[in-house]
Amino acid sequence: MGSIVSRLLSRLLREEEIEDIEEIKKETGFSHRKITRLYRRFTSLDKGGNGTLSRDDFHRIPELAINPLGDIITNGFFPEGEDQVNFRGFVRTLAHFRPIDQDNEKNKNPSATEPLNSRTNKLLFAFRLYDLDRDGKISRDELLQVLRMIVGVNLICSTKTPKGGI
Amino acid sequence: MDDFWAGALWALKIWLYLVIILIMIPSMFGFSLGISEIYMTILVKTLEWATLNIQKANSDEGTLKPSSSNGLIQRENGSMEKELEELRRSRPKPPVGGDFTLSDCFYFTRQGIESIVDDEVTQRFTSEELVSWNLLTRTNNDFQYISLKLTLVYGLGIIVRYCILAPLRITLTIIGVSWLVIGTSAVGLLPNWRIKFWLSELVHVMCYRICARGLSATIRYHNRENKPKKGGICVANHTSPIDIVILCTDGCYAMVGQVHGGLMGIIQRAMVRSCPHVWFERSEMKDRHLVTKRLKDHVNDKKKLPILIFPEGTCINNTSVMMFKKGSFEIGTTIYPVAIKYDPKFGDAFWNSSKHSMVSYLLRMMTSWALVCNVWYLPAMHQQEGEDAVQFANRVKSAIAHQGGLVDLQWDGGLKRAKVKETFKEQQQKKYSNMVVRDDSSSNSD
Repeated sequence: MGSIVSRLLSRLLREEEIEDIEEIKKETGFSHRKITRLYRRFTSLDKGGNGTLSRDDFHRIPELAINPLGDIITNGFFPEGEDQVNFRGFVRTLAHFRPIDQDNEKNKNPSATEPLNSRTNKLLFAFRLYDLDRDGKISRDELLQVLRMIVGVNLICSTKTPKGGI
Repeated sequence: MDDFWAGALWALKIWLYLVIILIMIPSMFGFSLGISEIYMTILVKTLEWATLNIQKANSDEGTLKPSSSNGLIQRENGSMEKELEELRRSRPKPPVGGDFTLSDCFYFTRQGIESIVDDEVTQRFTSEELVSWNLLTRTNNDFQYISLKLTLVYGLGIIVRYCILAPLRITLTIIGVSWLVIGTSAVGLLPNWRIKFWLSELVHVMCYRICARGLSATIRYHNRENKPKKGGICVANHTSPIDIVILCTDGCYAMVGQVHGGLMGIIQRAMVRSCPHVWFERSEMKDRHLVTKRLKDHVNDKKKLPILIFPEGTCINNTSVMMFKKGSFEIGTTIYPVAIKYDPKFGDAFWNSSKHSMVSYLLRMMTSWALVCNVWYLPAMHQQEGEDAVQFANRVKSAIAHQGGLVDLQWDGGLKRAKVKETFKEQQQKKYSNMVVRDDSSSNSD
């Protein structure tokens, strides 16, 4: 009986588990309901139950594990040099994939910070996919590395420029 | 003090007699006094009323609950070629034979992010999300105070389930299991006359019926003319160990499984005394040829009962059917597919073995509202000419999924614990390479 009461209480207090839900809303633009659903997804992936996701938690998703760019996508969630991502970071990365707010694009206020799902921020995210060492530039080696990941063993190993030129 | 204990004992005796007369004996002989029907009618009406209330409250607030978790993503399920063409529409190069383009990685990135937010596989290993709350604490995800009436009904439900129904169900289950062990051992002492088989079937069915009452199971059987016959193999989708109780209430099957210790071991040894089941030692399970041979021997003996197998190999949450292991389809006998679909409104039947132990799972089952399920017996299937075991297994799986209204997945249920094989990634890589460099087949090989 005691466990039922404590479960009830924790359900009531579920809102408290998501700290600063208002801040996340402002930063990412997700609605309240979407944030709760994403939190549920986050906790279901978090097998360790410690409130953060590790790389292993991502690799446990079969559809991601068979994706040729699975490792790069996973890396996109983790801040520089870190091995764990908390819920805030998780949602922040996913916010890039929200559809563009049309009215925001039109009335561009140069001094206001752009929302995470603006065209520029989306392009920045895509750029970082290729820029593996995060030095702000895509080197030829980085490009080849991504290509190697997509193509796998079917890549023609040669020192020349790959066929067709990139 | 003595009076108190005497009184308590007397009350317990009355309770037991009532249980036996009103529930156990009718269920043993397959008829019903109508008590559970009345309970179910009241329950259905209550849940409908609760659903209406919740919906009304939600629409008053102006917030509409998305009907399924797919409301989170806007999917565009195009083929790889079509999507790459879309991505390249600002450049003149076609996707086929048109070399690598920077934007090609967007296709994979999008698929990857989609699978992080919501994938087809991991959601099958946790309980199904309900569309509307069914007044159980365990299925409540977005608790909101709706109205006093609803909370009172919810509180009343807790009292009814934990204080009235649970003790009743536990009593019945204990009676059922002990009767199974005693009855089958007793029948096992008889010599091998015809009457032994008949008695053994009778004992098995009676005990499973008692256990089914112990879970307040309401089972609807469809197409009973297709019931599995001797010498065949019955395959079904697997949601929990209770599937066995559900199927065995309507017929006798030979079980296949590993030898366990403890209570399960006692039950197994008792059962095998009265009629042959196929129990394997842990070491024998690894030897596929031995397993196949023993199953073949059992099947070829036309006097033995049909074997019951769950080819998925693990419990899935009853929203989908995952890959069938080909072992049982290689034996070459008639396959009788059975589809089992539970109604999640009355209780979640899925056993999440990583989250709950068997005992805790059974207690959860006994404190749910009820167990309502549909069982469809599908027409028998045989392996066709030119079809290998894997294709046959997939054909049977699709038939079961179609009948039960479940999603037909190609993924392996073993992914619950194991990692996915690298070959699937290599398939995707090969597909992309073949598409992009298609005009250059001579230098395609490494």
